[in-house]
Amino acid sequence: MRYAMAMDTRKCVGCSDCVVACQTENNVPLGFCRDWIVEAVKGTYPDTVQMHFKSERCMHCENTPCVRTCPTGASHVIEGGIVKVTHDECIGCGACIESCPYDARYVHPEGYVDKCTFCDHRLEQGLNTACVDVCPTSCLIFGDLDDPKSDVSIILKEKDWYVLAPEAGTNPQLYFLK
Amino acid sequence: MEEIINVSGRAVPHIYPHLEIWGGPIALYLFFGGLAAGLLFFSSFFYLKGKADTMPMTVKVAPIIAPIIIILGLMLLLYDLHHILYFWQLFLHFRIESPMSWGAWTLSVIMIPAILWPLSYLDDIIEYLKENKSNCKMIGLLEWANNLIKKLPVLPTIMDLFIKNRALVAYVTIGLSIVLGVYTGILLSAFNARPLWNTAILGPLFLTSGVSTAAALLMWMSNDHKERSLYSRIDLMLIAIELFFIVHMFMGFLSSGIAQVEAAQLLLGGPYTVVFWVLVVGMGLVLPAILEIMELRGYHIPIAIPAFLILMGGLLFRFIMVYAGQASGFHIL
Repeated sequence: MRYAMAMDTRKCVGCSDCVVACQTENNVPLGFCRDWIVEAVKGTYPDTVQMHFKSERCMHCENTPCVRTCPTGASHVIEGGIVKVTHDECIGCGACIESCPYDARYVHPEGYVDKCTFCDHRLEQGLNTACVDVCPTSCLIFGDLDDPKSDVSIILKEKDWYVLAPEAGTNPQLYFLK
Repeated sequence: MEEIINVSGRAVPHIYPHLEIWGGPIALYLFFGGLAAGLLFFSSFFYLKGKADTMPMTVKVAPIIAPIIIILGLMLLLYDLHHILYFWQLFLHFRIESPMSWGAWTLSVIMIPAILWPLSYLDDIIEYLKENKSNCKMIGLLEWANNLIKKLPVLPTIMDLFIKNRALVAYVTIGLSIVLGVYTGILLSAFNARPLWNTAILGPLFLTSGVSTAAALLMWMSNDHKERSLYSRIDLMLIAIELFFIVHMFMGFLSSGIAQVEAAQLLLGGPYTVVFWVLVVGMGLVLPAILEIMELRGYHIPIAIPAFLILMGGLLFRFIMVYAGQASGFHIL
């Protein structure tokens, strides 16, 4: 099993519903977030100005520098390639935060490092992640890449996509559709 | 008008400013680690060379600083942990891929010779201080400690065993001190996501810099002319090696990918340029080298000046590398 997410940058309107849904679902403390919206504007005014939104979170990379540099093994990979942190093994040293090219982790006010879990507690019940379920434009597509019939496998075959900082060599599993 | 504006939803007060998670305590800890590694290296090395009696400062007296600064460094490290009550998890795991893990273990193992070495020389340290700095207030405390150790049950036996096998201990300590010195650099270079750190040369560079600060401190503390000029020459050699490594570090960055080139720009025209080239390379390496050459040629220069400059240069170098490294990264927006 290989969980992955595709994110359609053409459909996203930047409403931040995914952010709020995640905060509610995962009891993310006030002022923090596990997923976030990036608004990118580029071009020359007034002719070719373009704007697009991206909903970003932990990329659940295949090659995980955060797991490699963790001194206690608190950061680990579970079934489906999901990267998780065991709270009472985490010493809060920050090594994983330094090793993440996507800045996807933060220090929880209780001291341990926290991040997106692809809502693994919901996946166990056969549900989708909270961000996917709440998205009003259906721009987030989640599924198993090892299953050729899953939504995410199909859309990644059909559409052109890119990943962030591929040169970091982490093989991220959050795909952005062009 | 050309527009490139990126706004990230992570730019909230709790998250983005705090992703620069390592600061002063880590830089200071790396400095203490390198300094302790150098002190232990020199004491073991010159002991094996049979210089215990001709270089008492190096072999017997100065190593007392090593355990003190290692403990200080460890306290800084613990202070920097966010989940501090779980620090013991470090010692329930050994992860070969994580430099921080084997650094924690190396520090714990090196503590044994670092504490026992000066304890086994306490008589000599007290004698040395009485001869040279008779008004030192430490003497009373050391004498009290010395008497206490002799009265304790198991410790004298351990000390006897330690003294009998001192040559073996010295060999092991040399190995461990090199691992410790390299570790202070490798700790940073293991992070792919921070291109300025992500170079293998950082290990040897931090080792050289740490040993060089130790040589400067020994040069400062010694009152024997021969010992001083020996460290002056050692320091000159180490400064040359450091400059060589620094040049090669930049050559590596500038011929690498865009993330590395941009990381190097932080020190080549970017916000850290002046502090790096003027304070670290100029005041911390080149100026003390010139002063030491003049001193060796017979000019009268107070040894404290080059020694202080080298120590400050080493400390600042670590601060700059820690902060500038965290300002480097990949294009993710």
